[in-house]
Amino acid sequence: MILRPMTLTEKVLARASGKTHVQPGDNVWVNVDTLMTHDVCGPGTIGVFKREFGKDAKVWDRNKVVIIPDHYIFTADSMSNRNVDILRDFAREQGLPYFYDVIDDKDGHWTFDAARGPLARQYGSRYTGVCHTTLPWKGHTRPGEILFGTDSHTCMAGAFNQFATGIGNTDAGFILGTGKLLIKVPESMRFFLEGALPPGVMAKDVILHVIGEIGFDGATYKAMQWEGPGVHTMSMDDRMTIANMAIEAGGKNGIFPCDQKTLDYVRERVSENGTRSDFDPVELDREQSFSYDRVFDLSKLEPTVACHPDPGNRKLAKEMSHIGLDRAYIGSCTGGKTSDFLAFAEVVRGKTVKIDTFGVPATTKVVQELKDTVWNGQSVWQILESAGVRLTENASCAACLGGPVDTFGRLNQPMKCISATNRNFPGRMGNKESEVFLASPYTVAASALTGHITDPREFIS
Amino acid sequence: MAHTVTSPIYVVQDNIDTDQIIPAQYLTLVPTIAEEYEKLGSYALIGLPDALYPERFVEDGKTQTQYKIVIAGRNFGCGSSREHAPIALGAAGVEAVVAESFARIFFRNCVATGEIYPYDTPVRLSDVLKTGDVATLDFDHDTLTANGQTYSLKPLGEVRPVIDAGGIFNFARESGMIPSR
Repeated sequence: MILRPMTLTEKVLARASGKTHVQPGDNVWVNVDTLMTHDVCGPGTIGVFKREFGKDAKVWDRNKVVIIPDHYIFTADSMSNRNVDILRDFAREQGLPYFYDVIDDKDGHWTFDAARGPLARQYGSRYTGVCHTTLPWKGHTRPGEILFGTDSHTCMAGAFNQFATGIGNTDAGFILGTGKLLIKVPESMRFFLEGALPPGVMAKDVILHVIGEIGFDGATYKAMQWEGPGVHTMSMDDRMTIANMAIEAGGKNGIFPCDQKTLDYVRERVSENGTRSDFDPVELDREQSFSYDRVFDLSKLEPTVACHPDPGNRKLAKEMSHIGLDRAYIGSCTGGKTSDFLAFAEVVRGKTVKIDTFGVPATTKVVQELKDTVWNGQSVWQILESAGVRLTENASCAACLGGPVDTFGRLNQPMKCISATNRNFPGRMGNKESEVFLASPYTVAASALTGHITDPREFIS
Repeated sequence: MAHTVTSPIYVVQDNIDTDQIIPAQYLTLVPTIAEEYEKLGSYALIGLPDALYPERFVEDGKTQTQYKIVIAGRNFGCGSSREHAPIALGAAGVEAVVAESFARIFFRNCVATGEIYPYDTPVRLSDVLKTGDVATLDFDHDTLTANGQTYSLKPLGEVRPVIDAGGIFNFARESGMIPSR
């Protein structure tokens, strides 16, 4: 029997299910390399696990469970604080080594001190921030592996040549007990990137362009595979931005080939953190089968905006200058990395924002890097603050998904906001009559300076 | 006895995402805690814009909806992986969502939890039916009847027995995949 070649996703799933070959539509039991959960879905996942496997049950492999409180942390909402306590109790009871707690006291209770305000640091030495940005930083993403997470943006780890996707609490509870999950092998779509990004255009523009092209349910149930010379010109941060938003096209996962940049990035971090280092990338076959296959020339792309009310509502920034704005926001897994803030700072440096502008670094490491990066005697952190950006040290998901009413940057009344985040359905950032426009850090920065949607090339030479 | 449900229906359009089904501020509720599960039901579909959906899905002060069937357009349940979404609908008393299409994770969470039946409809029912119409969903024949018309729905196939069993754990036990208790 001649087996057809496989896509990257098919290869990872075949290996994880102990088969030599799988094809789209096959239902396979895969062995899970990493399960990630957080404060919003963790307590429910733990509840399912205990209900189904018993209150004294042990997780299948404590080295493969990663718990990252990051959603509703810096809030006085007592239910949210309680949920972080539930995670801590579970991590202690199970002896989990990878729990990135907000406080250092393993027996303590978490409460947010609202009187100290939202800006100054309120976390201990283990806290990291947004889960999807933490996973690679702490050495939990590895080529060729299977990662499930109780969060739809888990697909971000596809940047590292692995199969990564979001699941619900019940599936996660099942994994906690068994280390396995039954999944369907998706069809793959190929996005073949040529050329290099022109000045003023970022990875965010690539993914907004593509979602606009295929529609925001255009990849439903499918894998989005990224290939081509354009991919190799991109940094790991860029690839993460693109993989992150596979779900905004309905995709099951996004996946990139493994190259030297991937290997260097992953090896450095697994060795820094002492996590598993024996990984095995999946390589590209020559003749793969795709349900969609298209070439995109990066050099033709322009700054792009996804307009209210969905991530597929694509326009060019230069066509939207008539849209006045009340707020600008930079942060989240997609848009809160150090490279995102540096791009933002390039634009606002020496200028002053015209509208309320909020900045929430994805992780505590991003906070540190912005303080440590110095341009002409000023740290990037200072440059941003001098430009009028309200920056918090409390790295978290914050207002990207609204959250409790006291969440930093949350849209608490109807307003128009331009945001470097990934999702803009009605009510996503809080008030359900608000309108959110998704754009790159460059475009958000330029728009913050003018108060209306602005093509950043006006500010970038 | 035939397995059917007859109820007023609630009709929504395309791209109802999980924030409209259960806004993020209510995700502090933990679904496996009984009283919080019930509370999630009271907030089902509270994120729908009032201007487009003046009829409230769950009346103020109540935890149950009068609409046991939701009719939707394309891409119902897109967005977050929060299982709170099918759970909120199930907790409010919804038996089935009949949509032109579903987002992947939402569909899977319906099956995994066994909370609601996610039926695909080849006819765009969100254009022909309106909120308050009374419909009968026949689970044995995979049909929906409303206003004197009977519409065929796409059979649920291999996920049907999982939902019938009450979710993946019950199904896995019944079929011997994991040990019974």
